[in-house]
Amino acid sequence: MKLSVHDLNSHYGPAHILFDVALEVGEGEVVALLGRNGAGKSTTFRSIVGLVAQRSGRIVFEGKDVSDQPTHTIVSLGLGYVPEERRIFTDLTVDENLEVGRQPVRPNAPHWTREKLFALFPNLAEMRNRPGGRMSGGEQQMLTIARTLMGNPSLVLLDEPSEGLSPKIVEQMVAAILTMKQAGVSIVLSEQNLHFARLICDRAYIIERGRICYSGTMAELDARPDIRDTHLAL
Amino acid sequence: MAFYFVQFLTGLASAASLFLVASGLSIIFGVTRIVNFAHGAFYMLGAYVAFTLTERFSGALGFWAGIVLASLVVAVVGVLVEMVLLRRIYHAPELFQLLATFGLTLMVQDLVVMIWGPNDLLGRRAPGFKGAVEFFGQNIPTYDLFLIALSPIVLGLLWLLFQRTRWGVLVRAATQDRDMVAALGVNQKWLFTSVFALGVFLAALGGALQIPRDAVHHALDLRIIVDVFVVVVIGGLGSIVGAFVAAVLVSELNAFGILIFPKISIILVFLVMAVVLIVRPWGLFGKPEAAARRTPGLTVNPWRPLTSGERLAAWAGLAVAAMLPLVGGNYALTVGSEIAIFVIFAASLHFLMSVGGLASFGHAAYFGLGAYGIAFLAKMAGLPMIVCLLLGPLLGCLGAAIFGFFAVQLSGVYFAMLTLAFAQIVWSVAFQWVAVTGGDNGILGLWPEKWAAGPASFYWLSIGVAALAVAALRIIVFSPFGYALRATRDSLLRSEAIGIDAKRIQWTAFVIAGTVAGVAGALFAYLKGSVFPDSLGISLSVDALVMVLLGGVETVSGAVIGAIVYKMLSIWLVSQTDLSKLVLGGVIVLMVVAFPKGIVGMLETIRNRRRPELPKPAVLKSGIESAE
Repeated sequence: MKLSVHDLNSHYGPAHILFDVALEVGEGEVVALLGRNGAGKSTTFRSIVGLVAQRSGRIVFEGKDVSDQPTHTIVSLGLGYVPEERRIFTDLTVDENLEVGRQPVRPNAPHWTREKLFALFPNLAEMRNRPGGRMSGGEQQMLTIARTLMGNPSLVLLDEPSEGLSPKIVEQMVAAILTMKQAGVSIVLSEQNLHFARLICDRAYIIERGRICYSGTMAELDARPDIRDTHLAL
Repeated sequence: MAFYFVQFLTGLASAASLFLVASGLSIIFGVTRIVNFAHGAFYMLGAYVAFTLTERFSGALGFWAGIVLASLVVAVVGVLVEMVLLRRIYHAPELFQLLATFGLTLMVQDLVVMIWGPNDLLGRRAPGFKGAVEFFGQNIPTYDLFLIALSPIVLGLLWLLFQRTRWGVLVRAATQDRDMVAALGVNQKWLFTSVFALGVFLAALGGALQIPRDAVHHALDLRIIVDVFVVVVIGGLGSIVGAFVAAVLVSELNAFGILIFPKISIILVFLVMAVVLIVRPWGLFGKPEAAARRTPGLTVNPWRPLTSGERLAAWAGLAVAAMLPLVGGNYALTVGSEIAIFVIFAASLHFLMSVGGLASFGHAAYFGLGAYGIAFLAKMAGLPMIVCLLLGPLLGCLGAAIFGFFAVQLSGVYFAMLTLAFAQIVWSVAFQWVAVTGGDNGILGLWPEKWAAGPASFYWLSIGVAALAVAALRIIVFSPFGYALRATRDSLLRSEAIGIDAKRIQWTAFVIAGTVAGVAGALFAYLKGSVFPDSLGISLSVDALVMVLLGGVETVSGAVIGAIVYKMLSIWLVSQTDLSKLVLGGVIVLMVVAFPKGIVGMLETIRNRRRPELPKPAVLKSGIESAE
């Protein structure tokens, strides 16, 4: 297993957010974490990379127990994280944003250079010296992914990459994620948009009110419209 | 003309040290969000260590090596401070960070006197820069020219460091979003430590470079820190270019202010600062800050008025206090009066801090103004005591109205720095304007009239006023105004969205607090029979902060207990040791790290613990969640 999460419980202050969440991601697999707004998708990701202070449970990445590790250690083991709210460094240029993400080459993960990333996201190549604050939402979304890939991760947690993007940009995003997949990066993708997930993912988990309530392959999920209607339909 | 040009160059030379220290403060604040009050202490340490090393090493090389080595040594001290103290309080409220670093400053003041003695030390002249250049009959020291050239060079080097190195890029990224930098695999801890080391190095270098110009003494720290606060408020906290421009501006204003208003040159700097704050509240080169972290929020115990039992206990406590003249002698009564006065003072600051969420670092200004108000009315106008007591605090009220208007435009650390700078300005005026205030000699001979002259009568007067003041403030806390004020404290945006004029409410609170502090100052003037600039000083402002903190910031009545305990402790401490600042500083640091809730807060926690408790969530990783 690339990543396995057991009995993950998280709290924000007195509020209990995640209840015994369990996930598994295989080598090179692309897994979707589906759920409505507020279901606990982002909190799951934030808990895995250690950005939620009050969490308990077991998180094993590449055979190492990282449950007690600080964020920067977890990430520098090769577990990349792309936050939903993008969090581009707006005062830094595109090149500088990428520099912040740069990490040493890892033997078990694809090696990304600026040139490879600019080939993946051609828009970014044309604005290397533009401050992050003066980019469109779609360009920022590409930059966040590129920035995380600069760390040469072997697994990436992608939090709602299609949110708020125009259909044309979403298409580019699908292509980019498929390229990552072909390069051998394992991916966990959180989504509300089932169509987007179907284009990319092998398997899916559904999370609702902080609990994992379904898991299966994409094909199995497609065969169960009842599940889709109960847990995902708006 | 030549004279003005030379004056201009002198100003530029003074700007060098100011820029070094201010840029260090700005860099540290940018990443760690801590306003390092101890920065002045590091500046002073730089000067002292450089003095020792340049005396030890001979020759020109020895001198310059001593300067650089001294800065490095102090930077190492800074690293230790960061690792041992600051790492524990990065997520603490701003107020605690300011207080902890101020505690450090106090400790350094005593340590410096212990190591280097109380006398001024005159350092070596800089080899190669001992002479002067003549310019139309005026002499310009060559060392000044060296300093003038140095600041742009340092500015350029810092620019290269931040723009052209990976470290610089990481620091700039962390300035914007620390958590995201960690989420990209960067170890923030060492980034913070290295930034702190650089900032402290710059401060120490600023101090070390002053030794050929100025004597080294143990009051350098507070002198520079106030100037530096003014510089960063004008230039914009976090901006190095802003620190440079503002350092030059402030130094030139000082250089020429002496010529225009020789007695009160500081007024000129104040006027410029006021204009900058109105036009650009975040400074010339700063950026508007996102809403600052709010001070309270550690507890969830809601405030409530006293129950009838507690009210009875308060009356009983007052009755017991009123019986002191039956058992105590004159000394006990004088101490008792002083404690009562400080209860008023602490309660007024507590009102501003806990209810208004505005931590003033210059509250003594209004205390002192009240005292000077008495002095002017009694000595110059010759009014009777009761009239003086009623009108004297109005000077505190007036001061709070003027300064408060500017101060409430800002929040968080800016508010703290600005109130400190205002208080220091009032202090300077009282100190320099000898004709009116008597300067350092103060105004003497302010004795109470016969009806209040006896220690017992004055004591009763003091506790009576204290009881009234505390009761009045409590009534305000639970009045509609108090609720509105608490709303602005908890969320400025939301309170404005429901139609509260937040700035006006905060300004009103500032004026109320200032007036009550003025009442305390008025009584204090009569108790001591005199008024000195010390009544406006930083140390008195910090005393009040410590009283509030000791009692518990988040309680309603903490200030009363805090003032009583603190005043008794400090009177006892001064009689026991010569190193009272060292002990006091240590106590402040310890309190911030170990007992941030204060005495009353701890009692409340203990009382709540007795009640059946909800099962606690299993916590895997301890620590408070970042509040941003």
